[in-house]
Amino acid sequence: MNRKAEVKNLNFSYSHSALVLKSVSLPIFENKITALIGPSGCGKTTLLRCFNRMHDLYGNVKYDGSILLLPDQVNILSTDIDPIEVRMKIGMVFQKPNPFPKSIYENIAYGLRIRGIKKKSYIDEKVEDSLKMAGLWQEVSDRLHTGANSLSGGQQQRLCIARALATEPDILLLDEPTSALDPISTAHIEELVASLKKKVTILMVTHNLHQAARTADYTAFMYLGELIEFGESSQIFTNPKEQKTENYITGRFG
Amino acid sequence: MKTEFSTPHSTKRRFRVLKEFLIKAFLFICAASSVLVTVGVVWTLVVEALPFFDDVSLSQFLFDREWTPLFENAQYGIMTLVCGTLLTTVIALLVAIPLGTITAVFLSEYSSEKMREIFKPILELLAAIPTVVYGYFAMLFVTPLLQKIIPGISSFNALSAGLVMGVMIIPYISSLSEDAMRAVPLHLREGSLALGASKFQTSFRVILPAAFSGVASAYILGISRALGETMVVAIAAGLQPRLSFNPLESTQTITAFIVQVSLGDLPQGSIGYRSIYVSGLVLLIFTLVFNLIGQLIRSNMEKKFK
Repeated sequence: MNRKAEVKNLNFSYSHSALVLKSVSLPIFENKITALIGPSGCGKTTLLRCFNRMHDLYGNVKYDGSILLLPDQVNILSTDIDPIEVRMKIGMVFQKPNPFPKSIYENIAYGLRIRGIKKKSYIDEKVEDSLKMAGLWQEVSDRLHTGANSLSGGQQQRLCIARALATEPDILLLDEPTSALDPISTAHIEELVASLKKKVTILMVTHNLHQAARTADYTAFMYLGELIEFGESSQIFTNPKEQKTENYITGRFG
Repeated sequence: MKTEFSTPHSTKRRFRVLKEFLIKAFLFICAASSVLVTVGVVWTLVVEALPFFDDVSLSQFLFDREWTPLFENAQYGIMTLVCGTLLTTVIALLVAIPLGTITAVFLSEYSSEKMREIFKPILELLAAIPTVVYGYFAMLFVTPLLQKIIPGISSFNALSAGLVMGVMIIPYISSLSEDAMRAVPLHLREGSLALGASKFQTSFRVILPAAFSGVASAYILGISRALGETMVVAIAAGLQPRLSFNPLESTQTITAFIVQVSLGDLPQGSIGYRSIYVSGLVLLIFTLVFNLIGQLIRSNMEKKFK
């Protein structure tokens, strides 16, 4: 099994307060879905946002350790690496669907246009491909040029996934992608995510344990900034090695 | 314990209903007063302006090439004043819209909290300077400066007045636009940046379009301010109505004409007296039309993107 990335001894803190991530290490396997679970404030979203250097936008953060992108062994947390180039390679989908106030077409074209791609035929093709991958093509192919805000919440989230896919990221980060959606839309997104792993490596934060158990190949349980346990989802959810993991997945806290 | 409800005709309940009614009536009168004033102003303008057309035909009004209602051989070409008004307004907007928008982008997307705290009050001070001061600034500082750069520019000219008026309008546009841009939700910003966009791309391709409705309101306010501005143009642009768009010559705007004429003694009901009202009415129509166009563009954009 190939590793796509490797987190090594990652420490993280906001300004001078206590560590939010304490020496976290875990592998991310290629073309697999890895779920990060744990109670609120355990650092799972902070860890996710390290992967595309979102923290760099706000300053006032301190981190050390590394996230190596394999096979090149490049540490994307290094100060020598431009965060914009990192974000070009690692896509992200947010909790709340956040389509831009543009047409459906332009939402997906945006990522290509900011990379300097102008060729219309190529963009057309990419828009269609990504919408198909996101399972949205049939619903919107006849109204690509209407505003993205006319879509339902679930459709908007699939549009955001299509938008991230259009730029062919190495890793796709999902930050609780279904927490703002109804159960039916959630089921759609879960199916979609499961089908996407053939093309892209996925790292997903979720509050929904069933979602992690259903969709993720690997699950990492975090608690108070530490990685308590990492393993195949089937093992984590049926036969956890750590007492804390068991307490959490059986609903005794969190 | 028995729960007690008042009967419909109890004194207590009647008093409460009356009180609510009085409050509602009071609030309505307050809200209606501004509407009434507006109606009153328009009414006065129309009533006083209409008799103007007893003496002057509409074609004279629209097609005469000069505006000299107070002369022996009077001519009534309103287009000369419209020319002056549009010319100074366009110059002002050419300054204010780009600079105001860029300032808003800087304050909203680029500057630190500290920098904004220094910048904003100073910018707002620009709006607090009396317009008569701007007028003299244009005439006594900007015009001589322009004369060094552009020889042959007249000592009263539309360019200087327009430029200074533009600077004067910047804070209106930047302040409202900045508010609109800062109200754009953070997750849109992050969505763009997460795709690998630069701050510049995010600001101009995502944030500005997302805030367009508010930014358009700012532009409309700026246009209205420029159309209606009086002191700056009366002082610096001159009092010479001209059917031309040459910014280097002196010109006269509708507002400047009204000031000029209102200052003198005009017998009530005379044609000169009526000309004030009729030009005021034209100005009002212009402001109204621009407002409507602005609203249309805005609601169109909203429909498209919301």
